Amino acid sequence: MKPFEPVIVAFCCHYCAYTAADMAGSQRRCYPPNVRIVRVPCSGKVDTIHILKAFEKGADGIYVAGCLDGDCHFKNGNIRASRRVASVKGLLDEIGIGGERLEMVKISAGMGDRFADIAEQMTEKIRKLGPNPIHAARTAA
Amino acid sequence: MITAERKPLEEIIAYVRPFDRILLVGCNECVTVCAAGGRKEVGILSSALQMAFLKQGKNLQVKEHTLERQCDPEYVEELSSMIDGADAVLSMACGCGVQEVARRYRDKPVFPAVNTTFMGASERQGVWAERCQGCGDCLLGITGGICPIARCSKQLLNGPCGGSTHGKCEISPDVDCAWQLIWDRLKALGLENRYEEIIPAKDWRTGRGGGPRKIIREDLAE
Repeated sequence: MKPFEPVIVAFCCHYCAYTAADMAGSQRRCYPPNVRIVRVPCSGKVDTIHILKAFEKGADGIYVAGCLDGDCHFKNGNIRASRRVASVKGLLDEIGIGGERLEMVKISAGMGDRFADIAEQMTEKIRKLGPNPIHAARTAA
Repeated sequence: MITAERKPLEEIIAYVRPFDRILLVGCNECVTVCAAGGRKEVGILSSALQMAFLKQGKNLQVKEHTLERQCDPEYVEELSSMIDGADAVLSMACGCGVQEVARRYRDKPVFPAVNTTFMGASERQGVWAERCQGCGDCLLGITGGICPIARCSKQLLNGPCGGSTHGKCEISPDVDCAWQLIWDRLKALGLENRYEEIIPAKDWRTGRGGGPRKIIREDLAE
C-alpha cells in the first residue's frame, strides 16, 4: 500500500503569501509538493463555502495564508479571514472532519523561508492526522 | 427584520436522517440579511450535511433552492416543480416560511434549520439586537423612539426600576437600561415633561394576550 500523501490546499493572498511562495522559489527552498496553492486577491476573500468545497472534493488539510497583522492591502481582510477560519473550524468539528485540519497563517511577501516552513509543518501535521474522513468514506462507498 | 440563527448541525442531521433526498430551501429576505438562511447559508449547510452523512456512509442528495420570499404563497408555489423529487424539505427561513411551505405541501415533512429569534436591527456588522415585540399598540411616539416593551427586561411602562445602574440593566452590564435611554433621548429633544406623564396599564390583547393575530385589509383582501 502506498504511504498516505495528504492533499493540502493553501489559499494564498496575492499581496503576501503568494509572493512569499515565489520568494521561496527564488531562494531555492524546497517545500512539499502536497501543497496546492490557490491565489486569492485577499485572504478575506476566502469564504466558508470555498473551504467546505475543497474538503468535499478531497482536500486533507487547508490553510488560509494572509498578511501580517496591520499589513492587509485592503485594511482588515486578514483579520476577517482569521475570524472566519475560527468559525469554520467549529463547523468542521460539527461535521466530523475536525477543525484541526484548517489553519490560518500570516506571512509577509518577503518571508520565503516561513512559507516553506509552514508548508512543511502543515504537511507533517496532516500526514499524522491521516486522510480526510469524507474522502475516505467516499472512496470506500 | 426577523433574525434567526442556524440550529446545531447535530439537530438538523437528526431531522433529515430518515430521508435520502432533501430539498433545502432558503429565503432571500430577513434571514439573508442576518446571514442565517440565504443562498450562501443554503450552500454551506448543503455541503456540511452531505459531508456529515458521507462520513457515515450515506449519500444524501440535497437540492438547493432559495426563494425570493418564503412567507408568501406566490413564491412558495415555485417549489411545486421540485417537491416530488424530495423526500423532505429543510427550510432555512424563519418560522413563517417553514409554516408556509408546510401548509402548501401537506404530504411532505418540513423541518426548520434555523431558530427564529427576534425582530431586531443591526447594531454593527455581525451584531443584531432585539428592537420590537410586535405588541400591536406602538408606544414609540411617547417614549422618544425607544421601545420599553422590547428593550426593558421587565417591560416597564414607567421606568426605570431600581435595577438600573450607570445606564445599564441589572440583568447584565452589556444590556442598556431602556428607560435610561428613553430619558436621555427625551432630554435631548427637550421633552422632559413627557416623562412626567404616567403611561396607563397596557391593553395586552393587541399583542399575544389576545391569541394568534390576523390583519384583514378590506381594501386588499379577496
